[in-house]
Amino acid sequence: MKVLVAMSGGVDSSVAAALLLDAGHHVTGVTMKLWGGESDTGCCSVSDVDDARRGARVLGIDHHVFNFGDRFDADVVSPYIAAHAAGDTPNPCIECNRHVKFDKLLVRARALGFDAIATGHHARVVDQPDGTRRIARGADHAKDQSYVLYMLGQRQLDGTLLPVGGITKAEVRSMAARLGLPTAVKPDSQDVCFITSSTGRAGFLRSRVPFTPGRVVDGVTGAELGRVDAVELVTVGQRRGVGLSGGDGTPRYVTGVDVDTATITVGPERDLLGDEVVLRDVVWADQPVSGQVHAQCSAHGAALPGSFDAATGTLTWDQPRRRVAPGQAVVLYDGDAVIGGGLALRSGVNEGTNAHLGDARTVR
Amino acid sequence: MGRGAYARQNGPVSYLDHAASTPVRAEAVAAMLPFLTERYGNPSGAHAMARDARNALDDARVILADALGCKPGEIVFTSGGTEADNAAVFSYTGRGAVVCSAIEHHAVLDPVHRVGGRVVGVRSSGVVDLDALRAALDESVALVSIMLANNEVGTIQPLSEVAEIVRAHAPQAVLHTDAVQAFPWLDVAALAEPADLVSISAHKFGGPKGVGVLVVRDGVDFEARQIGGGQERERRSGTQNVAGIVAMAEAARLTVDERKAVIDRVTPMRDRLADGLLQSVPGTVESADRARKVAGNCHLCFEGIESEALLFLLEKHDVMASAAASCASGAQDPSHVLAALGVPRDVAQGSLRLSLGVSTTDEDVDLALAVIPPAVARLRERGS
Repeated sequence: MKVLVAMSGGVDSSVAAALLLDAGHHVTGVTMKLWGGESDTGCCSVSDVDDARRGARVLGIDHHVFNFGDRFDADVVSPYIAAHAAGDTPNPCIECNRHVKFDKLLVRARALGFDAIATGHHARVVDQPDGTRRIARGADHAKDQSYVLYMLGQRQLDGTLLPVGGITKAEVRSMAARLGLPTAVKPDSQDVCFITSSTGRAGFLRSRVPFTPGRVVDGVTGAELGRVDAVELVTVGQRRGVGLSGGDGTPRYVTGVDVDTATITVGPERDLLGDEVVLRDVVWADQPVSGQVHAQCSAHGAALPGSFDAATGTLTWDQPRRRVAPGQAVVLYDGDAVIGGGLALRSGVNEGTNAHLGDARTVR
Repeated sequence: MGRGAYARQNGPVSYLDHAASTPVRAEAVAAMLPFLTERYGNPSGAHAMARDARNALDDARVILADALGCKPGEIVFTSGGTEADNAAVFSYTGRGAVVCSAIEHHAVLDPVHRVGGRVVGVRSSGVVDLDALRAALDESVALVSIMLANNEVGTIQPLSEVAEIVRAHAPQAVLHTDAVQAFPWLDVAALAEPADLVSISAHKFGGPKGVGVLVVRDGVDFEARQIGGGQERERRSGTQNVAGIVAMAEAARLTVDERKAVIDRVTPMRDRLADGLLQSVPGTVESADRARKVAGNCHLCFEGIESEALLFLLEKHDVMASAAASCASGAQDPSHVLAALGVPRDVAQGSLRLSLGVSTTDEDVDLALAVIPPAVARLRERGS
């Protein structure tokens, strides 16, 4: 096949290209220039492009650069800022996969005559007995990235190869070293590529979002317990950073963020527990599925059992668990295979309504 | 058709990117080779070998002065167009305001932005808005920089009118012109005559990369940015790139000698290319009037596609071209020139610059005419 491999300048995507060559594919590398601002690393800086280009030369494949900066601004950075402004938790890597890698790049690759695109994600594309495909966890469970690929449907999966999903990170690194790839010892990229470690999330948002000073109140008594500089930077479930512990020394958690009233609600861990979470913007690998699933709420969190009702978008946990921050992605698994996922609506006590579900506000 | 190592390895190519760089003229290579091998003296030295190099610089200076309409002593050798442009702008920051047009090359625009200068708009024709220029000028202005020909859309700027306006409204100001793209096509010696400072770059007219000239006319109060050994009459320190300068002079001589013949040969090829694409590809917009452009420039916008994808397909079919200016990463950035012309972003994103030159043949044009229409059609059909 003619395969366009997205090379970030990291070790995984370089080795992905090498594995595709080994498998006999006709391989071309591309680095997407996504972010024009400051960046530590990730997929954006000129030095990462250089690393990708050098890797491509070692492998003897053509390398191109595509500037998808407009799309990245519109579909990743702007929603990231808007989510924070609304007090929600954004998923920039997921939105980048959804809109940039597996939409913009895939469409362009097909227009340019490629049969498939490939990335260096640690996940697998597996065939089902009925002929459909699923994203499944990578062979290296500690590095598994299936969570950030939950949005891929059959249309994308038909044109996607994930070559490193079948091997471990250690094997990736040793293969890179054996091939003499300059990225063999490059550290894994961390965090959000358009946010630098020196200024952090707060520094990035400060010039882009008007920060709202807020009150911190007790979730039961309503008493004001303190103040924060920016409610936009507070996330449900957060324990540090609001400067509190309970009077009896028990830890307190953020149980609600209301940007409109500039109020942070806190309480003991039990106030954070919920039985269910309602998802919006649910997408499916193939067909909608209701019934018993495992659900994962962060990139490296545990998948916990529950029951999903596709008609209402409601996931009911088998055991109460900490509530999912609004906006966070919840990914549904059947065993190792991703069957779908969506974004958490405001859920549980003391918080918002699910307008699109009518009067479906959940009360514990 | 089909020159160079790439062509030898990969078969003939249609190289239509002369505004990015040109093949070095064989005569220029021959002229520079002795200075890379036997004649390696430092032109600032005192002995015979040093004097040999210095004589070569003097000869080059005479040739370039003739080509640029200045005195030999007004030639300052630089590392290329960017250094010349930067030196011009930065020499006047701190002495007053600096002013440039919105379609200058980044080598002018970025220094002007850095010092908080004034940027003057252009008309949709691609020509600087003279009313806006007039409005931007006052007695505090120390430097005005207006290019002679634009690097993307090829439009020629009315420098003598600009000069009149500058003399009338900013009498203290010096006038700089970036003639990097103009030199292959225009009589810079005549057209840049009203400018106090003039930049050119060798690799745009058949010379090697990494060498250029800033003309600094006598009497112009120029402050050196690069100081040290005092070369170039204290205007640019650093040992001169003797081989590059010798080659540049030879390329300049050939360019001036052949300019009219090249224009006469290239203009119909450019017109055949542009007209052919306008006729065979619906939804194509020519960015500027050809009567106001340099002869080698064919600049079109194809609606409904993205340049990057088009360039990829053209490369696969051995046509080498550009869209907007390339950034250091190799990615295509949105064009500030097309934005300044008021071209909507969705049209501008389908821009294609085909730049012809001395080496262009009818076969190059034939291949481009055969390859581009189906590539555009394919991208429109499948999305890019």
